[in-house]
Amino acid sequence: METLEFNNKTIAINEEGYLKDPSQWSTELAHQLAKDVNINLTDKHFQVLNWLRAKQAEGVALSIRKVGNSGIVDIKEFYQLFPGGPLKISSKIAGIPKPVSCI
Amino acid sequence: MNDTLEKDQTKIQEPKEKKAKVKKVLVICSKGKIEDVYAALVMANGALMEGIEAKMFFTFFGLEAITKRHADHLHTATVGNPAFMPGMPTMVAGLPGFEAFASYMMKKEMDKLDMPHVSEFLQMIDAGGGEIYACKLAADMFHLKKEDFVPEVKGIITVGDMYALADGEGTQIIFI
Repeated sequence: METLEFNNKTIAINEEGYLKDPSQWSTELAHQLAKDVNINLTDKHFQVLNWLRAKQAEGVALSIRKVGNSGIVDIKEFYQLFPGGPLKISSKIAGIPKPVSCI
Repeated sequence: MNDTLEKDQTKIQEPKEKKAKVKKVLVICSKGKIEDVYAALVMANGALMEGIEAKMFFTFFGLEAITKRHADHLHTATVGNPAFMPGMPTMVAGLPGFEAFASYMMKKEMDKLDMPHVSEFLQMIDAGGGEIYACKLAADMFHLKKEDFVPEVKGIITVGDMYALADGEGTQIIFI
């Protein structure tokens, strides 16, 4: 099992870098994970991350379209906030599993 | 002798292939059946979702998918499509209204999967940075003008322009 050391805590991740346990997530960790992909997190980013975490906890299958209908960002803004694969990247930073959506 | 053979074998295995990533896709859609159009849309949008650049080129009957009038009213083919309800006699599948009904049922199933309608799908691809083009030759043939197409269509271009869209290393062209 792969792990990540952060603030003297050991965080379990999978081979692609997604957190295994969303409850190990923190805003500080999000900042660190975002830095790895050269993103500086703003309030807008966190609104999206929190929405993703809430929906994931509800068991919703996440998709780019759903994020676009979230009322927080439209699809264009979502791509701008998390360039280069927004749903995957945001999910990783949000500490939730890799999305399995095809749309 | 054995020594050299072993050495040779290791030599063959040695050069580890660098994984060349797909950087860009050019999806050409030449068909207007709902399943073909969706295949093109899903692949282009899927590329964008992975951080891969995507361009789309619609030609011939594929043009139907990007017209304001027909984008959301595409049909599947019930005749001449052996995979559609195997055993269905062609004469029955060709009855008036049958194709419309089958297409309606197909769209209903797609709705269940939360698949967007064609016009919305095109908007999603545009929003994700994908580019959508129409073929000049086919547009001329079907007497279609820029204003007949959905606003996401960036231009009506020649086959030469289309190949220019595929410029660059790591580009794949997908023809449907």
